[in-house]
Amino acid sequence: MFGFGILSALTFLPLLGAAIILMFRNDDEASLRNIRHIALWTTVAVFLLSLVAWGRFDAANAGFQMVEQKAWAGGGLVYKLGVDGMSFPFVVLTAFLMPFCILASWESITFRVKEYMIAFLVLETLMIGVFCALDLVLFYLFFEGGLIPMFLIIGVWGGKRRIYASFKFFLYTLIGSLLMLVAIMAMATFAKTTDITVLLQTKFPADMQKWLWLAFFASFAVKMPMWPVHTWLPDAHVEAPTAGSVILAGILLKMGGYGFIRFSLPMFPDASHYFAPLVFAMSVIAIVYTSLVALVQEDMKKLIAYSSVAHMGFVTMGLFAMNQQGVQGAIFQMVSHGLVSGALFLCVGVIYDRMHTRDIAAYGGLVHRMPRYAVAFMVLTMANVGLPGTSGFVGEFLTLIGTFAANTKVAALATLGVILSAAYALYLYRRIIFGVLEKPALANIQDLSAREILILAPLVVLVIYYGVQPGAIMNASAAAVAELVKTTGAVAVKAAALAH
Amino acid sequence: MLPLSTTIAHALPETILAVGALGLILFGALRGSRTADVVAEIAIGVLALAIVVILVGAKGRGEVFDGAFVNDSFARFMKLLALGGSLVTLILSRDFLKREGIDQYEFPILVLLSTLGMMMLTSANSLIALYLGLELMSLALYVVAAFHRDNVRASEAGLKYFVLGALSSGMLLYGASLIYGFAGTVSFAGIAKALASGPSVGVLFGLVFLMAGLAFKMSTVPFHMWTPDVYEGAPTPVTAFFASAPKMAAVAITARTLAVAFPPIQSQWQQIVVFIAIASMALGSFAAIGQTNIKRLMAYSSIGHMGFAMVGLAAGTQAGVRGVAIYMAIYLVMTLGVFAVILSMRIAGHNVEKISDLAGLSRTNGWLAFFMAMLMFSLAGIPPLAGFFAKYYAFLAAVEAGLFPLAVIGVVLSAVAAFYYLRIVKIMYFDDPAPAFDTAPFAVRAVAAVASFLILAFWIYPAPVVEAANAAAAALF
Repeated sequence: MFGFGILSALTFLPLLGAAIILMFRNDDEASLRNIRHIALWTTVAVFLLSLVAWGRFDAANAGFQMVEQKAWAGGGLVYKLGVDGMSFPFVVLTAFLMPFCILASWESITFRVKEYMIAFLVLETLMIGVFCALDLVLFYLFFEGGLIPMFLIIGVWGGKRRIYASFKFFLYTLIGSLLMLVAIMAMATFAKTTDITVLLQTKFPADMQKWLWLAFFASFAVKMPMWPVHTWLPDAHVEAPTAGSVILAGILLKMGGYGFIRFSLPMFPDASHYFAPLVFAMSVIAIVYTSLVALVQEDMKKLIAYSSVAHMGFVTMGLFAMNQQGVQGAIFQMVSHGLVSGALFLCVGVIYDRMHTRDIAAYGGLVHRMPRYAVAFMVLTMANVGLPGTSGFVGEFLTLIGTFAANTKVAALATLGVILSAAYALYLYRRIIFGVLEKPALANIQDLSAREILILAPLVVLVIYYGVQPGAIMNASAAAVAELVKTTGAVAVKAAALAH
Repeated sequence: MLPLSTTIAHALPETILAVGALGLILFGALRGSRTADVVAEIAIGVLALAIVVILVGAKGRGEVFDGAFVNDSFARFMKLLALGGSLVTLILSRDFLKREGIDQYEFPILVLLSTLGMMMLTSANSLIALYLGLELMSLALYVVAAFHRDNVRASEAGLKYFVLGALSSGMLLYGASLIYGFAGTVSFAGIAKALASGPSVGVLFGLVFLMAGLAFKMSTVPFHMWTPDVYEGAPTPVTAFFASAPKMAAVAITARTLAVAFPPIQSQWQQIVVFIAIASMALGSFAAIGQTNIKRLMAYSSIGHMGFAMVGLAAGTQAGVRGVAIYMAIYLVMTLGVFAVILSMRIAGHNVEKISDLAGLSRTNGWLAFFMAMLMFSLAGIPPLAGFFAKYYAFLAAVEAGLFPLAVIGVVLSAVAAFYYLRIVKIMYFDDPAPAFDTAPFAVRAVAAVASFLILAFWIYPAPVVEAANAAAAALF
């Protein structure tokens, strides 16, 4: 394929779809339908291609696979793609979620459909690129490039306060990332290359590590987002259209966690150990504090947004436990959260499309009119709580085990979050689904349509499947994580020996 | 003495421009004022010919005119940019000048003469040549700034530019004479040799005055005051010209002077450049936020961008000059694209310049809004657009040289600047539509389209530009 490998095809196929859509000039019903179909089938093709790649993926291999390299820009920058067990699950997750996003926008996006679909397809290219890039500058290109389509998605198709939310989203993430850019340049200067595989073998001096770690942290902490720089997320989530929220929660937040795994932990192990207490503290605050904040929300999307911040707290906590359970649990938690929170936002979208409000108080007793919806929403709520048997449980449990081994007090405090998450999620469920259906506006509300079932059913099934069969993801990442833990863990042993 | 053929081979593009400009003056004077179209077309041809000659002509390094004029890969790179800027400006200006009733044959000729000055400046290898090139460039610029002579704002812009420009020339000359007095030579190589034994206070004084004059031409803080008024007052194609070609030459000569004549006192001039860079970035970022006129906003934007380019120069290394060269190349394309969009801003036959006139452009003219949005994101330095690479190579050089505080301040200020570029995107995409623009002439639309395409597709294969800039920078070290 023009000398390019499967990862390039995966990355740039959506761009091809966008180019085809670009050629449509009219906006009559027929071309709108064609545009929607092209977008959908492009994303489906990308997903199928990602399954082909999965077939070729060798989980036992801890190194990078399907690597491709080409001369690119001068000055030491190369075009290099490759995946390992820690990035590949995210590639598949991205490819998997995109068709649902397009489907969810099928009827709810009624104006400027062409631009909307193009923005989503471009965004898909950039997101897959982030997880495949093996050159730091290439990574940065994809990482930061995603701001442009997301800014437009929130700003053009968003809710009432969309302008405020889009600016906040853009500027918050931009400032964090720019500091990372300076760190990237410092690393390029030190190592004379931006090839990630080489940088992983490079040993940076200890004080340099601290600065680099902080700069990368600035970017990833905002992206995750971690307390106290999480405040852009609720605004962005509330104002974004449904599919935008799904992508935001499902993929964009994962880039922060992926960044920690790919860069902060293996490249700056000394600094990671040095700053681990800081990360633990911020994670625990995020888990407890944002869970409490979630309890009092009146807006469904805002509630789920805050619960996302809390769940990401488990991820950062598990990552910086720096042991096999913690890191694997964090990866699992990210994939699971991608499915669960994505599906929850889709659920909100379902009733928002009918009632055009996200106020929790506007609903109640939906179970009487929408039994199928109630079932789907229940499974997802349980997964959000972390009930055993759903995918939410596995990640939360593993990160807690990992943290317990590293720092018992932190784990004990974080367990509070499990209780609180049950409180806010069940409270939300009760207020929306149960009770007497007394609001007159709800009297004729329709249950899930065939299209909505098509969207929600696979997600619900997967959430349960990964709950009882977590090996599907765990096996893929095990070898790579073992390698990571070995390299960063060696530093831990050395540090402990020095302390004695 | 070099044989005449060698001299001409190395100065052939300049010779073509000079002969072309003089020939056109005769032609125009003989044929009267109705020849503007023909003169402009020939002038465009002359510029294109000069570009071709540079591309296929003498390679390597050649010093002619007794060492006052040097033709090396750095000069060729920057000359191509300046010629490109002038050429596109002439293409953009045709329709505008006709509509405003100022379509006189002198305009293309003045642009040619100014461009000739830029090329002399870019190749200057001594203080005398520097001054000659600078004045030739500037005198033509003063006239084109006030070209719309019945318009009060344009006349004001021209006069302001002239008075302040004369002052800055005076400072530059004073600095040059001090340097000559203390170094005993005007040639750049000779100055470097004289300084090798240690800097004298007189030369430092001279350097400061020299830098003041050059900073004025680059429109960097604290010698930027003329920029907003002149940008706003001058006819739009002239503003496009000011923002593109002369900047290339001014930055080129600044880099050459500092890198060739003053390397022994790098630690001294580095402080000046670092200050200029930080002050320009800060002013460009903050002062642009409150602007309502798009041309004025672009003036502050250009001040900020010169500051970013100076970040590369501050490194004082080959990588730094490479960063500057890449920055200027990308900046040129972005600026010309933006001004093509600004030239398309006409409602019912009248030019409009308010940022609010762009409201809802994405709905009234989707492509134009898309071009402008890409250019704005690129000016903000968001990847994968070309503006990101410009910043990357400039800042990389600063980081390599250990100037971490400068790099961090720079990136933070670029986030501030991102705010006002985003605001324009917001106005075009999120706001309700204002009255639609008239259909722009084909040339203007084409420039906007080509510029945004180059910006958008640059990431696919940046290597040619980067390699060319690398070769150019190597010529100075």
